[in-house]
Amino acid sequence: MSYYFTILSPSDAPLFNIAFGTSKSGGDGIARFRFPDSAQYMNQFVIHSSLDIVEEAQWMNGNMYLKHIDTYPPAAAYISAFLTPSGTRFLLLHQPPQPPSTSSTGGSSLLSSSFSGASSSRASSSSVAANPTSPQTEEAVRQFMNEVYENYVKTIMSPFYRQGMEIRSPVFRTKVTAAGRKWL
Amino acid sequence: MSQHPRHSAMLSISTSNSNLANAGADKQQPSQNVSTPTQSSSPGLRVPSNRKTIYDRHLNRSRTAELSRASFAFLFSEMVTYAQRRVTGIQDLEKRLNEQGYPLGLRLLDLLFYRTMSSSTSSSLSSSSTSSSPPNRPLRILPLLHLIHGPLWRLLFQRSADALEHSVSPETPNEYMITDNDPLVNTYISVPREMSMLNCAAFVAGIIEGVCDGCGFEAKVSAHNQPTEMWPGRTVFLLRFGDSVMEREKVLERAGVR
Repeated sequence: MSYYFTILSPSDAPLFNIAFGTSKSGGDGIARFRFPDSAQYMNQFVIHSSLDIVEEAQWMNGNMYLKHIDTYPPAAAYISAFLTPSGTRFLLLHQPPQPPSTSSTGGSSLLSSSFSGASSSRASSSSVAANPTSPQTEEAVRQFMNEVYENYVKTIMSPFYRQGMEIRSPVFRTKVTAAGRKWL
Repeated sequence: MSQHPRHSAMLSISTSNSNLANAGADKQQPSQNVSTPTQSSSPGLRVPSNRKTIYDRHLNRSRTAELSRASFAFLFSEMVTYAQRRVTGIQDLEKRLNEQGYPLGLRLLDLLFYRTMSSSTSSSLSSSSTSSSPPNRPLRILPLLHLIHGPLWRLLFQRSADALEHSVSPETPNEYMITDNDPLVNTYISVPREMSMLNCAAFVAGIIEGVCDGCGFEAKVSAHNQPTEMWPGRTVFLLRFGDSVMEREKVLERAGVR
């Protein structure tokens, strides 16, 4: 599972972004998107294209966490959104790992393939990674968003921060990374 | 210095916009972007001597703490004096006070929600039930006004505001009034006779305006003196919502959103 997280101001200016991978079930926390490394801007395209849906859902649903709001099937990208009361948007793009049939080296025997299938199904039932729309995933993303929100509130309470400023603090970045490692 | 705070906020938005256009362009080297601050973190980032940054402090720590009223009165009188320099008239002075309050409102909004959210989750943890859900963002005008009248006022002044009214005139359905019988900010302020129109609670009006704008309800808020015999300092905050808000209000009413 690979994640791309971004914070957008109410006027859609990006304030913060980070890419990371899952740390659950043996993940190493490094993002591996399906786009080639030269096309990472695709993540931003996909995320920003979901803003229309966010703005629609914003007035229909009073919750801060809007859950999974958009899917971009060509890249198997799922987008979850969180809105702060002051209109700042937190958007998380998550992309499950490529199915093993294309990525793993072939030539496995029937026995081993069935074994790997069993292990992957066990992993998917327990892990957040493989099943992007399950209630467990929603819950994990919600926890992640809440933790980022706490740090975001700390940022904006700083008297030196004005609304719409880019968040450059390295401490904030490490906090977000830690939240990602903890929940996703 | 001569810039108004709100204008400079706009400026910073536009500059960060252009920065971020670059940031979007150099997305190919995010690793460099990330590594620069971490490399320079030891010499560049200054951490207080107790090694605690603002991110290490708990936001609820000062929740029940109270500010000394004397120091607030002193600070506020300095703010008024500061705003009074180089103003052309009472309206200009009130506008400046309003602009000092505005960014505060934007911040208080997020802090208020964080605190109600964390208290509701902690209480739900203690009672091990999920009955209390996190608070909702206000979608309609009335929940927003209740938020200002109740929780926001309690956060600022430890009590609710005294009245909440809707304009009775059919020409101005977009006007609402929040009344405070004895605003804390005006307690130690005596306005000279020739400036009797002035109400320094314009600062609080700015806070309200920030909260409304933050929630997506474009509004103009002003403070007016309306003394009664019992409450000589009675102040009415007049909220005038913009046309876009009223239009959306109608759409949402038809859609059945509360």
